[in-house]
Amino acid sequence: MARSQDRRPGFSRRAQVGIFTGYVVAVAGVLLGAVLLVVSLFNPGAFSFARASAAEVARPLGVAGAETRVASQGIFAAIGAYLNAGRQNAELSREVAAARANAVAMRAIEAENRRLKVLLGIAETQPRPIAAARLIGSTASSSRRFAVLSVGSRQGVSKGQPVRGGGGLIGRVIETGPDTARILLVTDPDNVVPVRRASDGLPGFVQGGANGRIDIRLINSGINPLHKGDVFVTSGSGGIYPPGIPVAVATEPHRDGATGHLASDPSDADYVLVLPMYQPTAVSALEATQKAAPPPPEDEKP
Amino acid sequence: MIGGRFAGGAARVRNPINRAPSLLLAVGLPWLAIMLAAMASFSPIIASAPVLPPLSFMMLLGWRMLRPTLLPVWAGLPLGAWDDLFSGQPFGSGIVLFSGAMLAMEAIDARFLWRGFAQDWLAGAALLAAYLLLSAGFAGLAAGYPLPMTIGPQLLLAVVLFPPVTRIVAVIDRLRLLPLKRI
Repeated sequence: MARSQDRRPGFSRRAQVGIFTGYVVAVAGVLLGAVLLVVSLFNPGAFSFARASAAEVARPLGVAGAETRVASQGIFAAIGAYLNAGRQNAELSREVAAARANAVAMRAIEAENRRLKVLLGIAETQPRPIAAARLIGSTASSSRRFAVLSVGSRQGVSKGQPVRGGGGLIGRVIETGPDTARILLVTDPDNVVPVRRASDGLPGFVQGGANGRIDIRLINSGINPLHKGDVFVTSGSGGIYPPGIPVAVATEPHRDGATGHLASDPSDADYVLVLPMYQPTAVSALEATQKAAPPPPEDEKP
Repeated sequence: MIGGRFAGGAARVRNPINRAPSLLLAVGLPWLAIMLAAMASFSPIIASAPVLPPLSFMMLLGWRMLRPTLLPVWAGLPLGAWDDLFSGQPFGSGIVLFSGAMLAMEAIDARFLWRGFAQDWLAGAALLAAYLLLSAGFAGLAAGYPLPMTIGPQLLLAVVLFPPVTRIVAVIDRLRLLPLKRI
């Protein structure tokens, strides 16, 4: 294609200056962008107000999308259920028989548990969830893993609160707007969750790998006791996540930990629950000590 | 006159005698299309890995290649800022990369003036690869953790989907020049 007339100003002074100004603004745009990038690298929350208002604008779009997602999953699930109805029926009948036997045993244990707790004088209160919401968006084309919730500060959601789906932990709130909140998913590398193995309480932590997988690392290194299929639940240390929420299932043990997949895939969750922070006082105390701590000692020069 | 001016110097559209494209549509539709593509993150997909290609950036390249003078050289500044609001990248990364891509396209235009489909695709693929690599780099800096290179499948998908996106841009371009205004 031949060069456009708009790029050949000829003798028109006005056109020449116009083209020149365009280039100046474009180069200024690159420089301005670089400055903003540096600012947001050092202070990630610097532009949260802009992101929150943008999320508010896009909220209706996301809510409509979330409803279609749930509806279409229902359709596919129904079709799939028809295809293997016979085999499933036989399997389920066997499972129900086993479950009935288990349920009787469980009831006895539960009653005993209640009696023992009364004896010990422990009053256990399950925290009430702050809000139930839909996931209305996610950063599907970026390497960071954020999602947007359909509730915000007007429903009582605030920074730091954990979010869980039916199957397990999803992430925690990092920015809030009036009716939307941005959450950091467990699969983001910035999100480190203290966990323990559900079977024996072996402590460790889980860090996202940004590719949908997560890394499970153990605190006591040495011989790696992990096996495929180990389930990890939140341990409650750190004070943000309440204990006992499933986080990950180990799939590939390696030298000092394992690679795993999420216990609850955020794309399968119709609704998610925003929970109160487990120990808000502990978290704020930790933050205060981090702020008050003196800078790390510098190496002494010989 | 409007049809001629905003056709961007390429094929002139033949209009009925007393009709012309509406100015608002002829100028605003490319901006609107790119901005809507940036909002694709509010789609029904909740991804746990970077799977979606950078649609708004592909749309920008598509418009830039189809109508080289329709978007001003500085269009990367506002469009990149808009993309940053939705993409999850640290704010500023889209501004730098979109503006840089517009300047790079000027250089490509100056060096390779006569391009066909294959050369356009090649240029698009090169710019997309640079965009995805640098975005992942910026995101890794923001996370403070060297991200594993997870952009392979995303890059492949983006390169394969680039020609269809340019076709979509071409369809929108026909809508843009519909003679709706009565003179």
